[in-house]
Amino acid sequence: MSIMEYNGAAVVAMVGKNCVAIGADKRLGQQSLTVSTDFPKIFTMTDKTMIGLAGLATDVLTLRDQFRLKTKLYQLEENRVIEPQTFANMVSSTLYSKRFGPYFIEPVVAGLDKHDKPFICSMDTIGCINFAKDFVVAGTAGGNLYGMCESLWEPDLEPEDLFETVSQALLNAVDRNCLSGWGAVVHIITPDKVVTRSLKARMD
Amino acid sequence: MTDRYSFSLTTFSPSGKLGQIEHALQAVSNGVTSVGIKAANGIVIATEKKTVSTLVDSSSLEKVSTICPSIGMVYSGMGPDSRVLINKGRKSALAYRSVYKEDPPVAILVKEVAGVMQEFTQSGGVRPFGVSLLIAGYDQKGPALYQVDPSGSYFAWKATAIGKNMINANSFLEKRFNEEMELEDAVHTAILTLKEGFEGQITEDTIEIGIIGGSAAVSATGEPLPFAFKKLTPAEVKDYLANIA
Repeated sequence: MSIMEYNGAAVVAMVGKNCVAIGADKRLGQQSLTVSTDFPKIFTMTDKTMIGLAGLATDVLTLRDQFRLKTKLYQLEENRVIEPQTFANMVSSTLYSKRFGPYFIEPVVAGLDKHDKPFICSMDTIGCINFAKDFVVAGTAGGNLYGMCESLWEPDLEPEDLFETVSQALLNAVDRNCLSGWGAVVHIITPDKVVTRSLKARMD
Repeated sequence: MTDRYSFSLTTFSPSGKLGQIEHALQAVSNGVTSVGIKAANGIVIATEKKTVSTLVDSSSLEKVSTICPSIGMVYSGMGPDSRVLINKGRKSALAYRSVYKEDPPVAILVKEVAGVMQEFTQSGGVRPFGVSLLIAGYDQKGPALYQVDPSGSYFAWKATAIGKNMINANSFLEKRFNEEMELEDAVHTAILTLKEGFEGQITEDTIEIGIIGGSAAVSATGEPLPFAFKKLTPAEVKDYLANIA
Protein backbone atom coordinates (compact mmCIF):
# COMPACT_ATOMS: atom_id res chain seq x y z
CA MET A 1 0.00 0.00 0.00
CA SER A 2 1.40 3.37 -0.97
CA ILE A 3 0.82 6.17 1.50
CA MET A 4 0.00 8.40 -1.45
CA GLU A 5 -3.07 6.24 -2.03
CA TYR A 6 -4.25 5.97 1.55
CA ASN A 7 -6.86 8.76 1.49
CA GLY A 8 -7.41 9.23 -2.24
CA ALA A 9 -7.63 12.44 -4.24
CA ALA A 10 -8.09 13.93 -7.69
CA VAL A 11 -6.90 17.49 -8.37
CA VAL A 12 -6.72 19.27 -11.72
CA ALA A 13 -5.96 22.80 -12.92
CA MET A 14 -6.40 24.27 -16.40
CA VAL A 15 -5.55 27.46 -18.21
CA GLY A 16 -8.22 29.36 -20.14
CA LYS A 17 -8.37 32.75 -21.81
CA ASN A 18 -7.52 35.25 -19.05
CA CYS A 19 -8.73 32.73 -16.50
CA VAL A 20 -7.70 29.56 -14.73
CA ALA A 21 -9.69 26.72 -13.24
CA ILE A 22 -8.81 24.40 -10.40
CA GLY A 23 -10.94 21.46 -9.33
CA ALA A 24 -10.83 18.53 -6.94
CA ASP A 25 -12.94 15.66 -5.69
CA LYS A 26 -14.40 15.68 -2.17
CA ARG A 27 -13.68 12.18 -0.92
CA LEU A 28 -11.72 11.33 2.20
CA GLY A 29 -11.12 7.63 2.62
CA GLN A 30 -9.08 5.11 4.52
CA GLN A 31 -8.15 2.82 1.69
CA SER A 32 -11.46 1.45 0.35
CA LEU A 33 -13.54 2.79 3.25
CA THR A 34 -15.04 6.21 2.59
CA VAL A 35 -14.91 8.38 5.71
CA SER A 36 -16.15 11.72 4.41
CA THR A 37 -17.67 13.06 1.23
CA ASP A 38 -16.99 16.68 2.07
CA PHE A 39 -13.24 16.96 2.50
CA PRO A 40 -11.82 20.13 0.93
CA LYS A 41 -8.51 19.83 -0.94
CA ILE A 42 -8.39 23.25 -2.58
CA PHE A 43 -7.52 26.32 -0.52
CA THR A 44 -7.58 30.03 -1.22
CA MET A 45 -4.20 31.64 -0.62
CA THR A 46 -4.80 35.12 -2.07
CA ASP A 47 -7.66 36.71 -4.01
CA LYS A 48 -6.27 35.23 -7.20
CA THR A 49 -4.19 32.26 -6.11
CA MET A 50 -5.36 28.82 -5.01
CA ILE A 51 -3.60 25.63 -4.10
CA GLY A 52 -4.87 22.08 -4.39
CA LEU A 53 -3.27 19.45 -2.19
CA ALA A 54 -3.51 15.80 -3.21
CA GLY A 55 -2.05 13.06 -1.06
CA LEU A 56 -2.06 12.15 2.62
CA ALA A 57 -4.93 13.99 4.35
CA THR A 58 -3.01 14.79 7.54
CA ASP A 59 -0.35 16.52 5.47
CA VAL A 60 -3.05 18.34 3.50
CA LEU A 61 -4.18 19.97 6.75
CA THR A 62 -0.65 20.67 7.96
CA LEU A 63 0.47 22.26 4.71
CA ARG A 64 -2.76 24.21 4.30
CA ASP A 65 -2.08 25.88 7.66
CA GLN A 66 1.58 26.37 6.89
CA PHE A 67 1.00 27.98 3.50
CA ARG A 68 -1.74 30.18 4.88
CA LEU A 69 0.62 31.38 7.60
CA LYS A 70 3.43 31.99 5.13
CA THR A 71 1.31 33.94 2.64
CA LYS A 72 -0.18 36.09 5.37
CA LEU A 73 3.26 36.82 6.84
CA TYR A 74 4.52 37.65 3.34
CA GLN A 75 1.68 40.10 2.91
CA LEU A 76 2.39 41.79 6.24
CA GLU A 77 6.17 41.87 5.75
CA GLU A 78 6.24 43.03 2.17
CA ASN A 79 3.00 44.99 1.91
CA ARG A 80 2.00 43.22 -1.27
CA VAL A 81 0.06 40.19 -2.34
CA ILE A 82 2.18 37.18 -3.25
CA GLU A 83 2.20 36.33 -6.96
CA PRO A 84 1.18 32.78 -7.92
CA GLN A 85 4.64 32.19 -9.44
CA THR A 86 6.36 33.35 -6.24
CA PHE A 87 3.91 31.38 -4.14
CA ALA A 88 4.71 28.23 -6.13
CA ASN A 89 8.43 28.75 -5.52
CA MET A 90 7.71 29.15 -1.82
CA VAL A 91 5.69 25.91 -1.82
CA SER A 92 8.50 24.20 -3.69
CA SER A 93 11.19 25.24 -1.22
CA THR A 94 8.94 24.33 1.71
CA LEU A 95 8.56 20.81 0.34
CA TYR A 96 12.24 20.47 -0.52
CA SER A 97 13.19 21.52 3.01
CA LYS A 98 11.75 18.12 3.98
CA ARG A 99 13.68 16.34 1.24
CA PHE A 100 14.58 13.28 3.32
CA GLY A 101 11.29 12.89 5.16
CA PRO A 102 8.83 14.48 2.81
CA TYR A 103 5.22 15.53 3.17
CA PHE A 104 3.20 13.04 1.15
CA ILE A 105 1.58 15.75 -0.93
CA GLU A 106 1.49 16.62 -4.59
CA PRO A 107 0.40 20.26 -4.81
CA VAL A 108 -1.27 22.02 -7.71
CA VAL A 109 -1.07 25.83 -7.84
CA ALA A 110 -3.38 27.94 -10.00
CA GLY A 111 -3.79 31.69 -10.16
CA LEU A 112 -3.66 34.94 -12.08
CA ASP A 113 -0.59 37.14 -11.68
CA LYS A 114 -0.64 40.92 -11.30
CA HIS A 115 -1.14 41.35 -15.04
CA ASP A 116 -3.98 38.80 -14.85
CA LYS A 117 -1.87 36.33 -16.78
CA PRO A 118 -2.82 32.72 -15.99
CA PHE A 119 -0.35 30.59 -14.07
CA ILE A 120 -0.61 26.91 -13.20
CA CYS A 121 1.89 24.34 -12.03
CA SER A 122 2.09 21.05 -10.21
CA MET A 123 4.80 19.54 -8.05
CA ASP A 124 5.98 16.19 -6.79
CA THR A 125 6.32 15.45 -3.08
CA ILE A 126 9.74 17.08 -2.81
CA GLY A 127 8.83 20.25 -4.69
CA CYS A 128 10.07 19.66 -8.22
CA ILE A 129 7.88 22.08 -10.21
CA ASN A 130 6.13 21.15 -13.43
CA PHE A 131 5.19 24.38 -15.24
CA ALA A 132 2.49 23.84 -17.83
CA LYS A 133 0.77 26.02 -20.41
CA ASP A 134 -2.34 23.83 -20.60
CA PHE A 135 -3.23 21.66 -17.60
CA VAL A 136 -1.77 19.92 -14.56
CA VAL A 137 -3.11 17.01 -12.52
CA ALA A 138 -2.42 15.25 -9.21
CA GLY A 139 -3.79 12.48 -7.04
CA THR A 140 -4.84 8.86 -7.33
CA ALA A 141 -6.89 9.71 -10.43
CA GLY A 142 -3.95 11.56 -11.97
CA GLY A 143 -3.52 9.12 -14.85
CA ASN A 144 -7.21 9.23 -15.69
CA LEU A 145 -7.17 13.04 -15.47
CA TYR A 146 -4.29 13.22 -17.94
CA GLY A 147 -6.29 11.13 -20.36
CA MET A 148 -9.42 13.28 -20.01
CA CYS A 149 -7.51 16.58 -20.20
CA GLU A 150 -5.54 15.46 -23.25
CA SER A 151 -8.75 14.87 -25.15
CA LEU A 152 -10.95 17.72 -23.81
CA TRP A 153 -8.64 20.71 -23.34
CA GLU A 154 -8.20 23.31 -26.04
CA PRO A 155 -6.50 26.71 -25.96
CA ASP A 156 -8.24 30.02 -25.08
CA LEU A 157 -11.36 28.65 -23.43
CA GLU A 158 -13.68 31.31 -21.99
CA PRO A 159 -14.50 30.94 -18.26
CA GLU A 160 -17.82 29.13 -18.84
CA ASP A 161 -16.33 26.71 -21.38
CA LEU A 162 -13.33 26.16 -19.17
CA PHE A 163 -15.63 25.27 -16.29
CA GLU A 164 -17.41 22.71 -18.47
CA THR A 165 -14.11 21.23 -19.65
CA VAL A 166 -12.61 20.90 -16.16
CA SER A 167 -15.83 19.50 -14.75
CA GLN A 168 -16.19 16.85 -17.43
CA ALA A 169 -12.53 15.89 -17.16
CA LEU A 170 -12.77 15.61 -13.39
CA LEU A 171 -16.08 13.72 -13.20
CA ASN A 172 -15.15 11.21 -15.86
CA ALA A 173 -11.69 10.66 -14.37
CA VAL A 174 -12.95 9.94 -10.85
CA ASP A 175 -15.64 7.59 -12.12
CA ARG A 176 -12.86 5.23 -13.15
CA ASN A 177 -10.92 5.62 -9.87
CA CYS A 178 -12.36 4.06 -6.73
CA LEU A 179 -10.21 6.10 -4.32
CA SER A 180 -11.49 9.48 -5.46
CA GLY A 181 -14.82 11.02 -6.40
CA TRP A 182 -17.95 11.22 -4.23
CA GLY A 183 -18.60 14.82 -5.22
CA ALA A 184 -16.34 17.49 -6.70
CA VAL A 185 -15.74 21.21 -6.54
CA VAL A 186 -14.45 23.55 -9.27
CA HIS A 187 -13.16 27.11 -8.90
CA ILE A 188 -12.83 29.46 -11.87
CA ILE A 189 -10.49 32.39 -11.21
CA THR A 190 -11.09 35.39 -13.49
CA PRO A 191 -9.64 38.91 -13.20
CA ASP A 192 -12.67 40.26 -11.34
CA LYS A 193 -14.13 37.28 -9.51
CA VAL A 194 -13.77 33.69 -8.40
CA VAL A 195 -16.69 31.40 -9.17
CA THR A 196 -16.95 28.26 -7.05
CA ARG A 197 -19.31 25.47 -8.03
CA SER A 198 -20.02 22.15 -6.35
CA LEU A 199 -20.56 19.34 -8.83
CA LYS A 200 -23.14 16.60 -8.40
CA ALA A 201 -21.33 13.33 -8.93
CA ARG A 202 -21.90 9.58 -8.68
CA MET A 203 -21.88 8.64 -5.00
CA ASP A 204 -20.74 5.06 -5.40
CA MET B 1 29.34 60.46 37.18
CA THR B 2 28.78 60.78 33.43
CA ASP B 3 31.56 58.26 32.84
CA ARG B 4 29.38 55.61 34.38
CA TYR B 5 27.18 55.50 31.28
CA SER B 6 29.84 55.61 28.63
CA PHE B 7 31.05 52.02 28.83
CA SER B 8 28.12 49.66 29.01
CA LEU B 9 26.49 49.82 25.68
CA THR B 10 23.14 48.70 26.98
CA THR B 11 22.79 51.19 29.81
CA PHE B 12 20.69 54.27 29.21
CA SER B 13 22.04 57.51 30.58
CA PRO B 14 19.60 59.56 32.71
CA SER B 15 18.96 61.78 29.70
CA GLY B 16 17.70 58.74 27.79
CA LYS B 17 20.65 58.36 25.47
CA LEU B 18 22.81 55.39 24.66
CA GLY B 19 26.26 56.90 24.64
CA GLN B 20 27.95 54.25 22.50
CA ILE B 21 25.50 54.70 19.67
CA GLU B 22 26.20 58.42 19.58
CA HIS B 23 29.92 57.65 19.50
CA ALA B 24 29.31 55.22 16.63
CA LEU B 25 27.66 58.02 14.70
CA GLN B 26 30.78 60.07 15.39
CA ALA B 27 32.87 57.28 13.88
CA VAL B 28 30.68 57.52 10.80
CA SER B 29 31.16 61.23 10.48
CA ASN B 30 34.92 60.67 10.66
CA GLY B 31 34.64 58.37 7.65
CA VAL B 32 34.90 59.61 4.10
CA THR B 33 31.83 60.93 2.33
CA SER B 34 29.44 58.69 0.44
CA VAL B 35 26.57 59.92 -1.64
CA GLY B 36 23.45 58.35 -3.12
CA ILE B 37 21.06 59.88 -5.63
CA LYS B 38 17.81 58.45 -6.94
CA ALA B 39 17.14 59.36 -10.54
CA ALA B 40 13.90 58.95 -12.47
CA ASN B 41 15.18 55.75 -14.08
CA GLY B 42 17.79 54.45 -11.66
CA ILE B 43 20.11 55.11 -8.77
CA VAL B 44 23.74 56.00 -8.28
CA ILE B 45 25.83 55.51 -5.16
CA ALA B 46 29.35 56.85 -4.96
CA THR B 47 32.12 57.30 -2.45
CA GLU B 48 35.65 58.54 -2.02
CA LYS B 49 38.39 55.99 -1.89
CA LYS B 50 40.99 57.28 0.48
CA THR B 51 44.36 55.60 0.83
CA VAL B 52 46.84 56.17 3.62
CA SER B 53 49.72 56.33 1.20
CA THR B 54 50.25 56.76 -2.50
CA LEU B 55 51.96 53.37 -2.46
CA VAL B 56 48.69 51.52 -1.74
CA ASP B 57 47.32 49.61 -4.71
CA SER B 58 43.92 51.28 -4.78
CA SER B 59 42.51 48.80 -7.25
CA SER B 60 42.36 46.26 -4.40
CA LEU B 61 40.08 48.51 -2.34
CA GLU B 62 36.39 47.91 -2.72
CA LYS B 63 33.91 50.19 -1.01
CA VAL B 64 30.91 49.79 -3.28
CA SER B 65 29.62 46.21 -3.04
CA THR B 66 27.02 44.17 -4.83
CA ILE B 67 24.64 42.49 -2.37
CA CYS B 68 22.54 40.69 -4.96
CA PRO B 69 21.99 41.37 -8.66
CA SER B 70 19.41 44.08 -7.95
CA ILE B 71 20.94 45.70 -4.85
CA GLY B 72 24.21 47.47 -4.08
CA MET B 73 25.67 49.05 -0.98
CA VAL B 74 28.23 51.65 0.03
CA TYR B 75 29.39 52.67 3.50
CA SER B 76 30.94 55.52 5.41
CA GLY B 77 32.89 54.76 8.54
CA MET B 78 34.92 51.75 9.55
CA GLY B 79 35.79 49.45 6.66
CA PRO B 80 36.12 46.20 8.64
CA ASP B 81 32.71 46.72 10.26
CA SER B 82 31.12 47.17 6.86
CA ARG B 83 32.36 43.79 5.68
CA VAL B 84 30.35 42.06 8.39
CA LEU B 85 27.22 43.82 7.17
CA ILE B 86 27.98 43.08 3.53
CA ASN B 87 28.28 39.39 4.37
CA LYS B 88 25.05 39.42 6.36
CA GLY B 89 23.30 41.27 3.55
CA ARG B 90 24.49 38.85 0.92
CA LYS B 91 23.49 35.85 3.00
CA SER B 92 20.09 37.34 3.69
CA ALA B 93 19.51 38.03 -0.01
CA LEU B 94 20.55 34.49 -0.80
CA ALA B 95 18.24 33.05 1.84
CA TYR B 96 15.36 35.05 0.37
CA ARG B 97 16.24 33.85 -3.11
CA SER B 98 16.37 30.23 -1.98
CA VAL B 99 12.74 30.48 -0.85
CA TYR B 100 11.12 32.68 -3.50
CA LYS B 101 13.58 32.32 -6.43
CA GLU B 102 13.71 36.09 -6.82
CA ASP B 103 15.76 38.93 -5.33
CA PRO B 104 14.37 40.54 -2.20
CA PRO B 105 12.70 43.94 -2.53
CA VAL B 106 15.08 46.66 -1.36
CA ALA B 107 12.94 47.43 1.69
CA ILE B 108 13.10 43.81 2.87
CA LEU B 109 16.88 43.62 2.50
CA VAL B 110 17.27 46.93 4.31
CA LYS B 111 15.04 45.69 7.12
CA GLU B 112 17.25 42.60 7.52
CA VAL B 113 20.51 44.54 7.59
CA ALA B 114 19.04 47.16 9.92
CA GLY B 115 17.89 44.32 12.16
CA VAL B 116 21.47 43.08 12.45
CA MET B 117 22.66 46.58 13.33
CA GLN B 118 19.95 46.92 15.97
CA GLU B 119 20.95 43.61 17.57
CA PHE B 120 24.44 45.00 18.02
CA THR B 121 23.02 47.82 20.14
CA GLN B 122 21.24 45.50 22.56
CA SER B 123 23.45 42.44 22.90
CA GLY B 124 26.12 41.81 25.47
CA GLY B 125 29.79 41.75 24.59
CA VAL B 126 29.46 43.61 21.33
CA ARG B 127 29.68 47.20 20.17
CA PRO B 128 27.57 48.98 17.58
CA PHE B 129 28.77 49.12 14.00
CA GLY B 130 30.89 52.15 13.18
CA VAL B 131 29.27 52.53 9.80
CA SER B 132 26.31 54.07 8.09
CA LEU B 133 25.17 52.42 4.89
CA LEU B 134 23.61 53.59 1.68
CA ILE B 135 21.68 50.74 0.13
CA ALA B 136 20.46 51.22 -3.43
CA GLY B 137 18.40 48.86 -5.48
CA TYR B 138 15.76 48.42 -8.10
CA ASP B 139 12.63 46.37 -7.44
CA GLN B 140 9.06 46.17 -8.70
CA LYS B 141 8.29 49.56 -7.20
CA GLY B 142 11.22 51.13 -9.08
CA PRO B 143 14.48 52.53 -7.74
CA ALA B 144 14.93 52.84 -3.97
CA LEU B 145 17.65 54.42 -1.83
CA TYR B 146 18.00 53.79 1.90
CA GLN B 147 20.35 55.00 4.60
CA VAL B 148 20.96 52.72 7.60
CA ASP B 149 22.55 54.06 10.77
CA PRO B 150 24.45 52.26 13.57
CA SER B 151 21.35 52.39 15.78
CA GLY B 152 19.51 50.26 13.22
CA SER B 153 17.17 53.02 12.13
CA TYR B 154 16.75 53.48 8.42
CA PHE B 155 15.38 56.13 6.07
CA ALA B 156 14.41 56.22 2.43
CA TRP B 157 15.90 59.15 0.50
CA LYS B 158 15.65 60.76 -2.89
CA ALA B 159 19.25 61.84 -2.41
CA THR B 160 21.54 61.94 0.57
CA ALA B 161 25.12 61.93 1.75
CA ILE B 162 26.79 60.35 4.78
CA GLY B 163 30.23 60.69 6.31
CA LYS B 164 32.68 63.51 6.92
CA ASN B 165 31.27 66.08 4.56
CA MET B 166 27.61 65.15 4.85
CA ILE B 167 26.28 68.54 5.93
CA ASN B 168 27.80 70.42 3.01
CA ALA B 169 27.05 67.59 0.62
CA ASN B 170 23.41 67.45 1.69
CA SER B 171 22.89 71.17 1.23
CA PHE B 172 24.59 70.85 -2.17
CA LEU B 173 22.20 68.03 -3.06
CA GLU B 174 19.20 70.04 -1.90
CA LYS B 175 20.16 72.68 -4.45
CA ARG B 176 21.02 70.35 -7.32
CA PHE B 177 18.49 67.56 -7.01
CA ASN B 178 15.32 67.40 -9.05
CA GLU B 179 13.01 64.44 -9.53
CA GLU B 180 13.12 64.34 -13.32
CA MET B 181 16.88 63.84 -13.30
CA GLU B 182 18.05 60.93 -15.46
CA LEU B 183 20.65 58.43 -14.32
CA GLU B 184 23.44 60.06 -16.35
CA ASP B 185 22.77 63.43 -14.71
CA ALA B 186 22.59 61.76 -11.32
CA VAL B 187 26.07 60.28 -11.80
CA HIS B 188 27.39 63.74 -12.67
CA THR B 189 25.68 65.27 -9.66
CA ALA B 190 27.09 62.53 -7.43
CA ILE B 191 30.61 63.27 -8.64
CA LEU B 192 30.10 67.01 -8.19
CA THR B 193 28.81 66.39 -4.66
CA LEU B 194 31.92 64.41 -3.80
CA LYS B 195 34.02 67.15 -5.33
CA GLU B 196 32.71 69.54 -2.67
CA GLY B 197 35.27 69.25 0.08
CA PHE B 198 37.29 66.58 -1.68
CA GLU B 199 40.84 66.56 -0.39
CA GLY B 200 43.24 66.15 -3.26
CA GLN B 201 42.54 65.31 -6.85
CA ILE B 202 39.44 63.42 -8.03
CA THR B 203 40.53 60.67 -10.36
CA GLU B 204 39.12 57.34 -11.45
CA ASP B 205 41.29 55.76 -8.76
CA THR B 206 40.07 57.92 -5.89
CA ILE B 207 36.33 57.52 -6.26
CA GLU B 208 34.08 54.53 -6.67
CA ILE B 209 30.64 54.54 -8.31
CA GLY B 210 27.85 51.97 -8.51
CA ILE B 211 24.70 52.31 -10.59
CA ILE B 212 21.50 50.44 -11.23
CA GLY B 213 18.88 51.26 -13.84
CA GLY B 214 19.16 53.29 -17.02
CA SER B 215 17.76 51.92 -20.23
CA ALA B 216 16.35 48.43 -19.79
CA ALA B 217 18.16 45.51 -21.35
CA VAL B 218 15.92 43.31 -23.47
CA SER B 219 16.02 39.53 -23.70
CA ALA B 220 16.08 37.61 -26.97
CA THR B 221 12.29 37.30 -26.86
CA GLY B 222 11.84 41.06 -26.33
CA GLU B 223 10.99 40.88 -22.62
CA PRO B 224 12.65 43.56 -20.48
CA LEU B 225 15.31 42.01 -18.26
CA PRO B 226 15.51 43.00 -14.61
CA PHE B 227 18.02 45.74 -13.85
CA ALA B 228 21.35 44.65 -12.46
CA PHE B 229 23.52 46.61 -10.05
CA LYS B 230 26.82 47.45 -11.65
CA LYS B 231 30.04 49.00 -10.43
CA LEU B 232 31.56 51.43 -12.89
CA THR B 233 35.03 50.45 -14.04
CA PRO B 234 37.85 52.99 -13.62
CA ALA B 235 37.67 53.56 -17.39
CA GLU B 236 33.95 54.40 -17.18
CA VAL B 237 34.53 56.69 -14.21
CA LYS B 238 37.27 58.40 -16.18
CA ASP B 239 34.79 59.14 -18.99
CA TYR B 240 32.36 60.73 -16.56
CA LEU B 241 35.16 62.80 -15.02
CA ALA B 242 36.26 63.95 -18.45
CA ASN B 243 32.71 65.12 -19.19
CA ILE B 244 32.61 67.19 -16.04
CA ALA B 245 35.96 68.92 -16.36
